[in-house]
Amino acid sequence: MSNWQTLESKGISSKIPKGSVEDKWLGYKEDLKLVNPNNKRKFKVLVVGTGLAGASAAATLAELGYEVEAFTFHDSPRRAHSIAAQGGINAAKNYQGDGDSVHRLFYDTVKGGDFRARESNVHRLAEVSVNIIDQMVAQGVPFAREYGGLLDNRSFGGAQVSRTFYARGQTGQQLLLGAYQQLARQVGLGGVKLWTKVEMVDVVTVDGKAAGIVTRDLVSGEIRSHSGHAVLLCTGGYGNVFYLSTNAMNCNVTAAWRAHRKGAYFANPCFTQIHPTCIPQSDETQSKLTLMSESLRNDGRVWVPKDRDEKRSADQIPEEERDYILERLYPSYGNLAPRDISSRAAKRSVDSGLGVGPLKNGVYLDFSAAINRLGEPVVAERYGNLFEMYERISGENPYKTPMRIYPAVHYTMGGLWVDYELMTSIPGVYALGEANFSDHGANRLGASALMQGLADGYFVIPYTLGNYLAPMLNKPAPGVDHPAFKEAEQAATARYTGYMNIKGTRSPDYFHRQLGKIMWDFCGMERTKESLEKALGEIPALYEEFQKDLRIPGDMALNTTLEKAGRVDDFFQLGMLLCRDALEREESCGGHFRAEYQYDDGEAMRNDEEFAHAAAWEWTGDPMQSIRNIEPLEFEAIHLAVRSYK
Amino acid sequence: MSHIKNITLKIWRQDGPSAQGRFETYKVDSVTDEASFLELLDVVNENLLNDGKEPITFDSDCREGICGTCGLMINGQSHGPEKSTATCQLHMRKFTSGDVITVEPFRASAFPILKDLMVDRSAFDRIVESGGFITAPTGGAPDANLIPIPKPVADAAMDSAECIGCGACVAACPNGAAHLFTAAKISHLNLLPQGQAERYKRTEAMVETMNEHFGSCTNHGECEQACPKSISIDVIAIMHKDYRKSKLKNRKELARNK
Repeated sequence: MSNWQTLESKGISSKIPKGSVEDKWLGYKEDLKLVNPNNKRKFKVLVVGTGLAGASAAATLAELGYEVEAFTFHDSPRRAHSIAAQGGINAAKNYQGDGDSVHRLFYDTVKGGDFRARESNVHRLAEVSVNIIDQMVAQGVPFAREYGGLLDNRSFGGAQVSRTFYARGQTGQQLLLGAYQQLARQVGLGGVKLWTKVEMVDVVTVDGKAAGIVTRDLVSGEIRSHSGHAVLLCTGGYGNVFYLSTNAMNCNVTAAWRAHRKGAYFANPCFTQIHPTCIPQSDETQSKLTLMSESLRNDGRVWVPKDRDEKRSADQIPEEERDYILERLYPSYGNLAPRDISSRAAKRSVDSGLGVGPLKNGVYLDFSAAINRLGEPVVAERYGNLFEMYERISGENPYKTPMRIYPAVHYTMGGLWVDYELMTSIPGVYALGEANFSDHGANRLGASALMQGLADGYFVIPYTLGNYLAPMLNKPAPGVDHPAFKEAEQAATARYTGYMNIKGTRSPDYFHRQLGKIMWDFCGMERTKESLEKALGEIPALYEEFQKDLRIPGDMALNTTLEKAGRVDDFFQLGMLLCRDALEREESCGGHFRAEYQYDDGEAMRNDEEFAHAAAWEWTGDPMQSIRNIEPLEFEAIHLAVRSYK
Repeated sequence: MSHIKNITLKIWRQDGPSAQGRFETYKVDSVTDEASFLELLDVVNENLLNDGKEPITFDSDCREGICGTCGLMINGQSHGPEKSTATCQLHMRKFTSGDVITVEPFRASAFPILKDLMVDRSAFDRIVESGGFITAPTGGAPDANLIPIPKPVADAAMDSAECIGCGACVAACPNGAAHLFTAAKISHLNLLPQGQAERYKRTEAMVETMNEHFGSCTNHGECEQACPKSISIDVIAIMHKDYRKSKLKNRKELARNK
């Protein structure tokens, strides 16, 4: 047993309310401190990122009367990557009468996360899930409906009920546009000041508490300070550390990482999710990977040929010569086994030479049975736009030939450590949505990311923020002329001019690709002590080269290469921490699979004795020297058990 | 996988909003037909950077055709030659060896050029801020199944709501009009029962904000052809109908209030 310190012993509380798990949120809301409506305008809140979590938080806080400033590096809040979520959003509405309940959603999420999430947070998430659907319908989100006019549901991985609400294959788009419209309303009313095309480059603290942020204007290059009473980081995940992922090109870890460097602990970075159904890589120019929604697994069947030397096209291979891997291995969940488990099954098939396609790097996802059973029009109604997207990218028609899919980096469960109130270890700095670590443990279930982003923004932070602000009434926040801001501005200026002055020979993209390859090869779907040590040898060497050989043409104003350089720099540092976290966690759980720790049948072997905790890393000035602290996880409502989907 | 060879790109370069622009020519010897059009530009940019020259500035993010960030005029067409396809989803297999391809930014006076191929589309946000929402503050929403919405109505609202806000419709329009964009949002919200309370106020505000920034519609229909989501110009008729009504309805309301 290593001598990790608990957060409690360092004076950082997870602030989990007392009482049974069902009563915690209710009890918390009854006890929390409130800010009088007329006093709310005296508090300024800075919201960084305007995806689901950020837009919903900014809009709601402005509705309540807080003075809000919102920041996005996009040209409009509507571009945030929440928009690309396809399949749906979970809620324990039990509209289908199929046995769903808040408890069941809570249970499925904790189990799906392989018992590495905080029970109290997950229960709250399940409780407010029902409010989200009500809220979004009231805002005009056109969810799919039955002919009678009531809402329709479908199933997602890791659940035996239908609790997923959806809007064709564009649920994320419709939810984000809903939240964006609420935000736009507040911008129009003057409740929110919106900053577009600015990137947060530092968090500023005074006396250990949040005082504001420093931003860089991506058009003019200007470095600017903004002061406020609280800072909300709603800046998404860090999947792009792997270079190729389903994340958008501009998704980055900079805001979260800069907060980490200012004292916010970074939790469980090694919990990264590999999504099983993405279009396989096709060539060397590939800039990103495209997800095919998990909802496809409702009707698609995953299979590989039984023969390694199979040369026939898919439709020529008879039924008895196909191996429907998920149906065989996990009969009770079948093709809807959770993401981590399905991804590993696909990887094992491809690794053993059974892959399909020209590069033998995929498995089939076959709709012929569904087309025969339901007819093409019904399948088109359910998945038409996804089929079209697949055809545009791959050039193949999935109505005729099965899709080829392979796992890809998709989501990061790890993120900034937050307490029950979503506050990081810096008082007054909060993290919402994918940017925090709190709700999904070691593996996120499908359709739960949208749920969490909106839960945090609409239904959690509007309550918990008041509890922090109330005691600060009539104590003005330090202004932007405080020396701490000047210092942060100078550091930011030095950082970006530093990149320009290296005048080496290689592009940020070159280094990003190299870094991504190391991360994927040695810290991807399967990790070993040996591979991680190799990564931890190679990344610092490459980082040194980055610092010596980077080339940025142009000047400080509108320069996308310069933007990229700052982001890649932070990915390097995060990458080291991620590998260290993976090395220290000597168990397999959820998306973190250490080959040394598995059962004979290849299933993940958890080590609850030593690792039933969240790792919360503390910055020391060098990511190779960060300190690992822990928050022990207590399971009161759900018994720790081996996760089985057989 | 095969390769497309000997491509000539004529690309618009402009150093800043008020700088003089020009076409520059770039040659690409070979690129795989699996590459997307933006991945072709990535290759050009990598080569430019390796030669110590400034890469071409262009917008792109999700590269899945949903965020609406990318958008180029390719051979004079918004998002290029393939129907219902955003620039990022256009693949090189749609081109042939030896092609000369002209690449320009989205052209419209309401979308000023920031640099090279990147334009400022914030006028779209102004339209939405003026009324493109349903006022439903967080907290007080009734149960989601309280108001059944007939499936055809929900489907029609969704057809309009699919707009990705890319601006291809404006760039394709000879008048630089934003009618398809504005009408898609109006028709999404005005079709739904939840959107009725603000229906006419919304329509009036959005149309008039649109008119401040963009040109007029003269029924060319280029917008529908250019739309990566194939949004039908029928929505423009819905918008016009509600705008006419709004003038009457809102006057009645004004008369009562005064």
